[in-house]
Parts: sequence; structure tokens; C-alpha cells
Amino acid sequence: MTALLDCRGLSRAFGGLLALDGLDLAVAEGGILGLIGPNGSGKTTFFNVLTGLFPATRGEVRFAGEPITDLRPQAVYRAGIARTFQRSRLCLPLSIFDNLLIGNHKRLDHGLWSNLIDRRALRRSVEQGLAEARELVRIFDPPLADRMLEPASRIPMIDRRRIEVCRALISRPRLLLLDEPSAGMTHDETTRLMDDILQVKSKLGGLTIILIEHEMSVIERVTDRCVVLNYGRKIAEGTYAEVARDPSVRQAYLGLE
Amino acid sequence: MKERLLGVALAAAAAGFLVLLLRAESEKSIAALIAVAVAAAVAAVRLRLTARFRPALAIVAVAAVSLALHEDDFSLLLLARALIVVLACLGLNIQFGYAGVVNFAGATFFGVGGYTAAVLARGTGIPHLLVLFLGGAAAAIAGTILVVPVLRTRGHYAALVTIAFALLFRTFFEVNDSLGGPQGLKLPEMRIGPLHFNDPIELGSFFGSFYLKYIALSLLFAALGFALVLRLERSFIGVALDCIRLDETAAASFGIDIARGKITAFTLGNFLTGVAGALSAFMVGFIAPNNYSFGESLILVSILLLGGVGSPWGLPLASAIVLLLPEKLQVIQEYRFLLFAVMVILILLFRPSGLVPRPLRKLA
Repeated sequence: MTALLDCRGLSRAFGGLLALDGLDLAVAEGGILGLIGPNGSGKTTFFNVLTGLFPATRGEVRFAGEPITDLRPQAVYRAGIARTFQRSRLCLPLSIFDNLLIGNHKRLDHGLWSNLIDRRALRRSVEQGLAEARELVRIFDPPLADRMLEPASRIPMIDRRRIEVCRALISRPRLLLLDEPSAGMTHDETTRLMDDILQVKSKLGGLTIILIEHEMSVIERVTDRCVVLNYGRKIAEGTYAEVARDPSVRQAYLGLE
Repeated sequence: MKERLLGVALAAAAAGFLVLLLRAESEKSIAALIAVAVAAAVAAVRLRLTARFRPALAIVAVAAVSLALHEDDFSLLLLARALIVVLACLGLNIQFGYAGVVNFAGATFFGVGGYTAAVLARGTGIPHLLVLFLGGAAAAIAGTILVVPVLRTRGHYAALVTIAFALLFRTFFEVNDSLGGPQGLKLPEMRIGPLHFNDPIELGSFFGSFYLKYIALSLLFAALGFALVLRLERSFIGVALDCIRLDETAAASFGIDIARGKITAFTLGNFLTGVAGALSAFMVGFIAPNNYSFGESLILVSILLLGGVGSPWGLPLASAIVLLLPEKLQVIQEYRFLLFAVMVILILLFRPSGLVPRPLRKLA
């Protein structure tokens, strides 16, 4: 299999601090890669550089064979990469449906004429979008699918996580970046959320996932490869069992004995 | 379809009622008609028709009030002014309420529309209806000067940039002799086709103030502005603008072009404010830099805050309070800025979403 995402020597400096230091990382199409490492090891920075929120200082990123290193976040999303955030970034005053429309931005018509003057296509598109959004949310939580027109501020944390994942999934990305989906959730809730994501993945076929996670049981269960970061560098790569045995990984997490 | 038929039927009934009311001569029949109106209003509220047919009801209400006061020039002038200010604030509402772009130069864009109308109406033979739209276009174009700083700054800094712009433009009006300098400019009478706007109305036995024509025109433009703003809110553009206001990082991560959204909102808003300014200039017949001071910009912003940022239906209520109250209560005239300041502070403290808070968007 060829790599869907291929990063070479990716670096990002903040002043004198190298948050990412020459990272080489590849994910095969359809794979689930776990990205682990102690706090501050550069995991979220990697997502931010990948999605264009921070420009890379050095290095190259190719997605589906095309260079995307210097693209703006908007273009990265349009190329087929969608993400969730470590701290929820839903628009809370808006309805759940509105939030999902934001996730589906690239597939909606934003022309002035179709939005303000001749709105027949808009109405059809809204109906279709609502049906699609309900179908997706139903996989995660059937009762939630009937609450699409309620404000996102009114639903509990776990549902907000689900909606955030749905917002990333609804545009049918080829690569999904999950930044600590378990943050603020119980073990059981995390297990359910990951099961639902796997279910969507099997429905969508080719979806590829990179997962940042501190909950090692989740990493062990769902990923087929892991990359371990420390101080912005890759210190180990392999299956979970392999990296868990790696002495440098143990050292990074537990310190020198 | 059913909704529309019902709406048309209601509007027809209301129009018929108005004709009856105007034709009514004896006190008894007038009292009976008023009783019918009250009963109908109660029934409408009970059947929840008020929410569904709010636009039609608002138009009928303005029409009823202005016909009832058809010879009272001063009250009609106030009503027309309130309608024009609603239109101007609809523009600010797109900027503040949807895209989150602050604009403390509302009166300046109002003024650009007014000066454009004055210059074009004095110097050219362009039809006056078109001049109104050109006033809006000129305000939108003047706004492009501010686009770069508006995109680069946020919060307080953006506010300062627009304030600086407002002061700059006012000085520009003042020192520019071809624009009349501090004395300002007089406008010729407004004409649309055969209609002369400054002649009183004589229709058979009906005599009405010439302000009725300005009210009709302002009402038409305010209604068009409302239609535009409500459609904008209930569209994919509206969703994208809300996301830009609430979280730019999330917006960028989902492909929303932040610069495009802000420019669209800023330009569209300035256009509405400019049209309102042109209309106001024609109605007043005279413009001077003093009418477009920073204080006037603050009044527009306080109307927006009072009504509820992002909530167009709050604007008629808020502009009625801010514009009509000081005229009716002459005592507070001198302290009106103080009063508005207190009002805005109280609103921000106790009811931050305004008198008529913005409802949740119902796209589907």
C-alpha cells in the first residue's frame, strides 16, 4: 500500500523551542495510527502544522501524493483532512445542525445568488443535509439524532464530543485527525465513542485515522501502528506491543531509573 | 403555499379594515371598528399568528399609524426617521451580529450615502431612485478603505480603527469646499417618476402630509433590508458568518474563508447603511458634517445593543425607544446621551442579548 500521508523531516520552531524536530511519519490508506508521547512532546503541534494552522518551519508533507505543506487550513480541509480539537471547539450558541453544516462547508453552495435570491436549491440542500446529518449522528447516539435543532450548549459533554467527531466526519474526509477524544470522558464513554468511530470507518471504507490519545487501552485496542514522540522527535514506531516494550519509550514516560 | 394564501388573506383583510376605518365618519362606527381590531389582535396572538406573520403585521402597523396621523408632520417625520435608522442598523447588525466585525463608523457610512445623494442629485440627472442605490454603493466602496485594517485587527483595536476612520471622514467633509464645507449642502426635491415627494397628498377628500410618501419609501426599503438580513441569517452564508464570529480557528479548519466572510458582511452592511443615509438626506433636504458625528455612530450602536445584537426584530423597538422618547419627553432632551449610556450599561449588565434576544436559527 502507498502512504496516504507522508511527512518528511517536518519541523516547527516557536522561537528557540523546536516543538517538532525532523519528524518522519507515514500512514497507509485505511490505517489507524496512534500518536502518543508525554505532555508537550509535539502531538497537537503536529496536527496544527499538518492542518496549516501553524506553518512548518522545515520539511514536507504529502497527502495522496500531493504536497500540502504550505497550504492554508481551508485548503487542507478541502483536500480531505478533517480534525477534532483537544478542547471542544463547537459553536455552542448555534444548533447541532448548524455545527454539522459548518463541518460540511466544502460541499455546500455559498454563492450570494443561491443563498439570498433564488433559494430553491438552498432549501433542497438543507433538507438533504439534515437527513444526512441525522443518519450520521444516529450511528453515535440515536436519541441525539432527533435533537438536531437544539442549541449545542444544551447537550452534555459526551454528546458534544460526538457532535465534534460528526462535524469532522460529515464532509467525508479521507484522513481524520482525532485529538484526544477521550478527554473529559469516562472509560466506558471513550470505549463507546471509539467503537462508533470504527463503525463509521467500516461504513465509509477508505477512512484513515490518526489518533492522539493518553488512554493506552484505547491505543492498544484500535490502532494498528503507533508513533511515539518525545521533545518533538520520533523515538519509536511499530505496533502497540512493540513500542510498549521499547526501553526508550519507557524512559520517556517514566524517566531514567 | 397554505401559509402564503393565509398571509395574503390576512393582509387583504387588514387593508380592507384600514379603508373602512378611514371612510368611517361617525364616532359609533369608529368605536366598533376599533373593537373589531382589538378582538382580531387578541385572536391573532392566541392563534400564534403574530410570530408567523410578523412582517405583514409590522407593515400594517406602520401603515395604520401613519394613516391615523396623516396630517401630523412632526410625528410622521419621526416615524420616517425611525424607519430609516432601522435600515441603517440592519447594516450594522450584519457586521456586529453575524460576522462579529465591529464598526463604530456607522454614521460615517450613513453620511457617505447622504453626500453621494446630494452630489448626484445636484449635479446630474440620474433618477433619484437609482441615486439611493448609488449612495449605498458609495458607502460600500468607502468601506473598502477599511477592509485591510478590519481584517488585521480584532476587538478594541478594530473599534479604534473605525473610530479613527469616522473622525477622519468628518474632517474630510468639513474641509472640502466642493461638499459645502461646514455649512453643508442642500438637496433638490426628491422625485420618482411623476411623484414629487415634497408636495402634500390630495386624493379626493383625503389630505395627507408629504411625509407619508417618505414613510412609504422608507418602509419599502426597510422591508427589503429586513428580507435581505433574514435571508442572510437563514442561509449557509449566515452559518459561516456565525462560525467566523464565534471561533475563527474552527472556521478556518472547516474551510470557511474568513476574509471573504468578513468582507461580504462589512460591504453588505455598509451598503444598507449608505442607502439609509441617502434616503435620509433627501427627506431632510439638507446635509452637514455635524449630522454625521461620532456621537451619531454611538447612537446607532446603542440601538443595536438595546434591541439585541444579531436580532433584527429588536431594531424597530429599540429605535422607537432611542429616537422617539427624547422627542416626546422634552425634559430628557439635554440628558439624552447620559440616558442612553445608562440604558446601554443596564442592558449589557442585566440582559446582554438585548430586549428582543436573537432566536436560534431555524434553517430546516
